[in-house]
Amino acid sequence: MPEHKIARREFLKHTGFSAAALILGLSAHHDAEATVAKLHATGLPLTGPDGLPLAGPGGIGGPFGITPYIIIEPTGRITIINPKPEMGQGTYQSIPALIAEELEIPLEGTTILTSWGQKDIPGQSAGGSSSVRGSYAQLRKVGAAAREMLRTAASRQWNVPLEECAADNARIVHRPSGRSLGYGDLVESASKLEVPGNPPLKDPKDFKLLGKPMPRLDIPLKVTGKAVYGIDTELPGMVYASVERCPVFGARLVSYDDTAALKVKGVLRTVKAERVLGKNHYEGVAVIAENYWAALKGRKALRVQWDYQGFDRFNSNEFEQHLRDLAATDGVIAHNSGDFDAAMAAAPHKVEALYETPVVAHATMEPMNCLAHWQEGDKVDVWTSVQGAGIVTRELSQTLGIPQENITAHISFLGGGFGRRLAADYAAEAAGISKTIGKPVKVIWTREDDIQLGPFRPMTFSAMKGAVSAEGKGVAFQHKVISPSISATKSDRYDKTKPDRSMTEGISDQDYEFPNMKNAYVFADIHIPMQPWRSVTSSTLAFAHECFIDEMAAAAGKDPLDFRLTLLTKESDTKRVLTHLREVSHWDKLLPKGWGRGVAQYKFFAGLCANVIEVSTGKDGGIKVERVCSVIDLGTVVNPDTVRAQVEGAIVMGLVAAVKDGIRFEAGRSVQSNFHNNRMLRINEMPAVEVHILAEGGPFMKGVGEPGLPPVAPALANAVFAATGKRIRRLPFDLAKV
Amino acid sequence: MAFSLTINNKPVRVDAEPDMPLLWVIRDLVGLKGTKFGCGIAQCGACTVHLGGSAVRSCGIPISAVEGQKITTIEGLTGDKLGESVQQAWIDGNVPQCGYCQSGQIMSAVALLRHNPRPSDAEIDVAMQGNICRCGCYDRIRKAIHAAAAQKTPAHPSSLKKPLSHA
Repeated sequence: MPEHKIARREFLKHTGFSAAALILGLSAHHDAEATVAKLHATGLPLTGPDGLPLAGPGGIGGPFGITPYIIIEPTGRITIINPKPEMGQGTYQSIPALIAEELEIPLEGTTILTSWGQKDIPGQSAGGSSSVRGSYAQLRKVGAAAREMLRTAASRQWNVPLEECAADNARIVHRPSGRSLGYGDLVESASKLEVPGNPPLKDPKDFKLLGKPMPRLDIPLKVTGKAVYGIDTELPGMVYASVERCPVFGARLVSYDDTAALKVKGVLRTVKAERVLGKNHYEGVAVIAENYWAALKGRKALRVQWDYQGFDRFNSNEFEQHLRDLAATDGVIAHNSGDFDAAMAAAPHKVEALYETPVVAHATMEPMNCLAHWQEGDKVDVWTSVQGAGIVTRELSQTLGIPQENITAHISFLGGGFGRRLAADYAAEAAGISKTIGKPVKVIWTREDDIQLGPFRPMTFSAMKGAVSAEGKGVAFQHKVISPSISATKSDRYDKTKPDRSMTEGISDQDYEFPNMKNAYVFADIHIPMQPWRSVTSSTLAFAHECFIDEMAAAAGKDPLDFRLTLLTKESDTKRVLTHLREVSHWDKLLPKGWGRGVAQYKFFAGLCANVIEVSTGKDGGIKVERVCSVIDLGTVVNPDTVRAQVEGAIVMGLVAAVKDGIRFEAGRSVQSNFHNNRMLRINEMPAVEVHILAEGGPFMKGVGEPGLPPVAPALANAVFAATGKRIRRLPFDLAKV
Repeated sequence: MAFSLTINNKPVRVDAEPDMPLLWVIRDLVGLKGTKFGCGIAQCGACTVHLGGSAVRSCGIPISAVEGQKITTIEGLTGDKLGESVQQAWIDGNVPQCGYCQSGQIMSAVALLRHNPRPSDAEIDVAMQGNICRCGCYDRIRKAIHAAAAQKTPAHPSSLKKPLSHA
């Protein structure tokens, strides 16, 4: 390797993350500059002309030295390393914007690289609606520290007071004289300075990027076909694989006959594969071929014998009956305040109901896939769509028994995540295949694999009880969740004696002031792998919770929104949101005949959103979703247009989960297999959507990606009740046959 | 077997099995990755391309069925007036989220506008029903189609060509 010069500055500071490092990287290395030039040409790290990865060891992380967040080259070119992969939620803009705002650079022209699992960047995963709110303070500081170093470097070079040097548009300007220097000209001297531990942050009123509806720079790439997704990556000498796995969970591979498969033109060989999801190990047979179509054909020609081990007797109907039976048991108490039993016994109006929700698949538009290259010395590079490089290094290390530092994850754009890609089972499986065959291999799941093999969002059943006083006030409330547990399907160390916090998410955290509340969790064992799905368990629990509040409102003889406000006498976020929603949704305005309006809110780990949905009934009795009006409570907002887009998307996803197919199991396997029987909302079914953002500042930021979803199904079901008098207590339901 | 066809106005010769779907020919043999695999059964529209100007699902068409024909992919819209105006409308409306379905959405929209320059909402519903967007960008897709119909010239055509370059 030719000699190259690297000057760098490193500092560690503790900011609530384990450690956050800022390094101003500098290099006069020509190859490195060529590397970045290539990155600019493609927009994203792909493979170089020699097939070498352009991100991670051998690429930008090699000749450039360590570059945790910001690289400024002498040419003035700036690269920001983004630890939060872009899956549609806008982090390709909103995360770099946090640095760019304080660094005083435009995002146009800045290279954004997704982090690849390097040790010095904490929090390399996107989930829980936490990317922006979790990075806001820390990454602004990173940008500000670099800006202050550049200002100091300029003031020393000019021998002028620091206060006279201002950062503006990637230059330091000497205000009195008007002369200026670009960041590239200053980076060498700046990188020799001490990094300020507590740099001054900008006053939000001076923000140029944050809080404004800025364009997202991934969009021009995505409308021209240039955006690179995991499925688009290639390496020289790579082969393709399609893996036959048993759709009956828990089955064992007995034997397989690949005679016919090997006769398919282009098929090279077959090998055993292993997919690991927590405690679950699933065997498969990988057909390796010169191209993907040959691999698929070869896979269809395989004759595989599975031992179902009795799991082919599992079916949804029986399991759901089991959940109903369990609803009669007490379970584990998750919350107990006041005296629920006494209040229930004494109240004049009592309401009870059982609510049921289905298993659903994530069904990201980009099916799972991974290009894996196992190399000498047990080093592994994977190119994949995953919700964070940290997930890849952790899971591959556990599954394959190699150190995390041997693993590099090259992440470009994700064709959807929704929680599915918080697991890297598909990447570890591909890496294992690459190890076996000694070649880089691209494994692509079919849509059938994606829909049938999970992991899934679990179903939850909710046994609800409530009591209303003679004055029409809610005095007692109970939400008992009966469901499988996401963590129990993955871990052997699950503790059934404790209430499952994830499966009872939010049920005890609403702002409603019930003087007597007793919530519980009843665990139901299942062998099918479950996984967080956008808004996790709030996506189903809110349906029961908020529909039942409406049932209590009916028992009280009150308007559903009025009834909620009687339970919100103190100032609270929910009260503020519902009050705003009442106004912007025109709640009190009369609707046309045959229409109905429903309201719901849900407060949970990701944030708080409330929806009003309006439906109409057609002559044939079918229901049409006419309009959704949404209020999301954020505190501070980074990109309001991204927020709107996320809430719009959450509404669509919530509608799909409420009125489309869901996943049903028969003979141990999912009945649904592709988009013909696991249907999605289509453009002709799209209601009018209106999103209102409450961003009143303050220290607490709420999440964006998920909160819009939980209040969709209950607002819809409550609207159906308002329009038809029929209670929907089971999802999914068919809008045509209410 | 060798097959000849025209992709984005360029003659292409590929060696493929006759039953290989056009999608995989385009992606893996020709190397144009903008056309996406979504379902393999013509249900989602991610693989939509133009066959002689009409939107078709390339995952369900064997290469042997399109020998000698003219195919346009998302990459082929560059330099096309209507194509770029649709792409610009998508940019102006911040339409995509994950973006994976958007090549297909745009190909369907361009085919629609080519035959029907001012489509109604009902006509958009019919033409765009074959394209699933899991991120839920439908409202923005509809608005962008209307915007492209109203304004056929890209406001900033250069931004399409160099989306991430330095000024």
